Amino acid sequence: MTAGSDELLRLEGLTKAYPGVIANSDVSFTIRAGEIHALLGENGAGKSTLVKMIYGLVRPDQGRMTLRGQPYAPARPAEARRLGVAMVFQHFSLFEALTVAENVALGMEDPPPMRALSARIREVSEAYGLPLDPGRNVGDLSAGERQRVEIIRCLLQDPKLLIMDEPTSVLTPQEVEILFRTLRQLAAAGTSILYISHKLEEIRTLCDEATILRRGRVVATCTPRERSAREMAELMVGASLAVPARRKGQKGEIALEVKDLSLASPILFGTSLKAVGFSVRKGEVLGIAGVAGNGQDELLLALSGEILAPAGAIRLGGTGIGTLGPARRRAAGLVAAPEDRYGHAAAPDMSLVDNAWLTASVRMDLSDRGFIRRARTRAFTEEVIRDYDVRTPGPDVAARALSGGNLQKFLMGRELKQGADVIVINQPTWGVDAAAASAIRQKILDCAGHGAAVVVISQDLDELMEIADSFAVLNEGRLSVPRPVEGLSTEEIGLMMGGAHGMEEAHHAT
Amino acid sequence: MLRLERRATPSQFWLWFTPVLAVFLTMLAGGLLFAALGSNPFTVIRTIFWEPLAGANAAYFRAQLFIKAAPLILIAVGLAMGFRAGIWNIGAEGQYIMGAIIGASVGLAFYPTENRLIFPVMVAAGAFGGWAWAMIPAILKTKFNTNEILVSLMLVYVAQAILAKAAFSFLRNPDGMGFPGSRNFSTYPAARNVDLIERSGFHWGAVAALGVAVAAYVLLTRHGIGFRIRLAGQAPRAARFHGVSPARLVIFCLGLAGALAGLAGIFEASGPSGQITDKFATGYGFTAIIVAFLGRLNPLGIILAGLLMALTYVGGSLAESRLNLPAASIQVFQGMLLFFLLGVDMLTNYRIRIGRSLRTGAGA
Repeated sequence: MTAGSDELLRLEGLTKAYPGVIANSDVSFTIRAGEIHALLGENGAGKSTLVKMIYGLVRPDQGRMTLRGQPYAPARPAEARRLGVAMVFQHFSLFEALTVAENVALGMEDPPPMRALSARIREVSEAYGLPLDPGRNVGDLSAGERQRVEIIRCLLQDPKLLIMDEPTSVLTPQEVEILFRTLRQLAAAGTSILYISHKLEEIRTLCDEATILRRGRVVATCTPRERSAREMAELMVGASLAVPARRKGQKGEIALEVKDLSLASPILFGTSLKAVGFSVRKGEVLGIAGVAGNGQDELLLALSGEILAPAGAIRLGGTGIGTLGPARRRAAGLVAAPEDRYGHAAAPDMSLVDNAWLTASVRMDLSDRGFIRRARTRAFTEEVIRDYDVRTPGPDVAARALSGGNLQKFLMGRELKQGADVIVINQPTWGVDAAAASAIRQKILDCAGHGAAVVVISQDLDELMEIADSFAVLNEGRLSVPRPVEGLSTEEIGLMMGGAHGMEEAHHAT
Repeated sequence: MLRLERRATPSQFWLWFTPVLAVFLTMLAGGLLFAALGSNPFTVIRTIFWEPLAGANAAYFRAQLFIKAAPLILIAVGLAMGFRAGIWNIGAEGQYIMGAIIGASVGLAFYPTENRLIFPVMVAAGAFGGWAWAMIPAILKTKFNTNEILVSLMLVYVAQAILAKAAFSFLRNPDGMGFPGSRNFSTYPAARNVDLIERSGFHWGAVAALGVAVAAYVLLTRHGIGFRIRLAGQAPRAARFHGVSPARLVIFCLGLAGALAGLAGIFEASGPSGQITDKFATGYGFTAIIVAFLGRLNPLGIILAGLLMALTYVGGSLAESRLNLPAASIQVFQGMLLFFLLGVDMLTNYRIRIGRSLRTGAGA
């Protein structure tokens, strides 16, 4: 099939209701062959449900779909795949104990021999500039690398329609460029792409058409290039967006000082930290950029106290805390928020109340001689839910029942509300919609405004430029010398990021 | 075709109904087994489950029920705490034996002194013995990352060898005319674990079992330690993030289970058994694993499960003697209970869908 104006997929009046909530109501739009079509909407706007219907995971209550003119009603994802619809999920479904090639084989109906498959994976990964070694264990890969596995898994199926859910949330700008080149290449060859994202600028540069959902309905269809990001955001949110207010004022004395921190990674094939050093003043936000897998996780573990360091390597207000574990660091005034929400920052099967106690017990005085003060914990949980606009039926639901963005808001609130002197956050807004992300950034700035020293580790450069006072890059476990953001030019950032691997095209050693 | 579908949240109904279903299925399969052995299955099931409670001599059997249930509950509560945290102590039998030997040794060392403190000291020594035995797998695990399942299990056999040694040599009754076995505590009032109500079977061990189960329930649901135990079992990385030290948790959970098993051992040795003999160990430590799971790793559930398991013990031996059934068939019967329990357990997380195969037509 050649690219042209002929339509590939048409949705007509799709409706899906769950008990108590209408996820999609009368959704109609068309995707043409070779088109990159954006699907925009806040958390809970119904994007996931819609996409699941297209991918055969959920059946619509009403409405119909046609694919290349034929009625299309996939009962299962396998059927959708057979008809040429592939999807890259936001949360990866990979087996950590298996290699990249084995994981890819598991997703195939009829996998070729492992050696041939590995060769295919190399070929595709080279062709699309997505560096990936088929022999590595998935458990050792960073989030960014895991996503490449998912993308390549889909590309191997030679899809007609590729659905991508928040694909760039774990990529660096350079990787995003490479991915976009890949997607444009695919589109030029006639593959349609349904692209879900909160990042409006990305959509403006990449997509030909955009469908905007709000509360399960289509509120607008537009050509993103002709609209400003702000216009689209307002369509999506239905209200004006607040740009984080930058506070003025002097920075205080040094709150957190890290000196010559070298640590072996506890993660197999992880990146060890090499002589990392920086300091953060009261009221200052230090942004640490870099590609996933360059020591970000290790730096967070070292700062949170999950891996220990020599006492003097990490100083909090002048006192060495390197040998203290997480609970004692919290007591001393340092809180941390890891990137992985399900299983690290939160226990998925425990209630929000339990998850609040998980880190807030020490600072918020939620225990009494070791016993959990349930009423106080509950009150704190409700406060977080209210102040951070967490959409949940109540504080007793399991954390895993919340959508990613909502759980992230809850977890950010849990740490930020503790009145800590130093706050360390890895990926504060990963997978969070634009409105919630800007709210979270505002809360981070508020904390800094109240005198907290904040370290934000993020792969989102725009985010760091927006909130950070100083800026450094973590690359292969080494941290560049932090520099003030004010007056930093794009070229200078590029130089700091320079040499970062993952920017070069895929070339495999060995 | 049957299909399994994952539930969004675990079913509360099935969480508590699966043990009932497992008991029912055990009766069914056990009935078939007994029928195959040539007995009337209804009589056997009735003998096991009903006679001890309401049949002739029920008062005697009810006392036996408490005697059997107390050690099972004590041990199972300790094991359940570890299992919740993902720490698999399979060697409670060994800890039970060592608790009995150490406790009895301390008691007998004072013989024939009469002092009210002797019994409490013995009990403490028993708990210490079990704790110390459990510390071996605990320390090996924390220092050398050995597998606690294997080490604790192997140590059962070591403990059994020590038990034989105790019965035949260092604890042998000097006035026993060369028979194996220690002095009998029934002849040593200061060290005797008496029935609190005459002939009720309700001895100090039963009091301890109830107290420990309630305390464990409170610890697990209301206390930070219990929170850490649950957290470590459900989300190990979140536990580390919270500040749980895996090594300390291993030491705590194995130590607690060991101490409780040791308590069960000394209560048994100084009470129902009365002495340390080479036949002292009867498998409470292993059966308690079944009890722990039957009680959903919940201390209050374990009380009920312990009583039920005791019933199969008491009723089983009754069936053995009255109906001439082989002892092994009763053990198979008890094993079935765990088998079915683990089997139907998935109903709490999955629902069964009965529907036609998605493939159209009849094959091809």
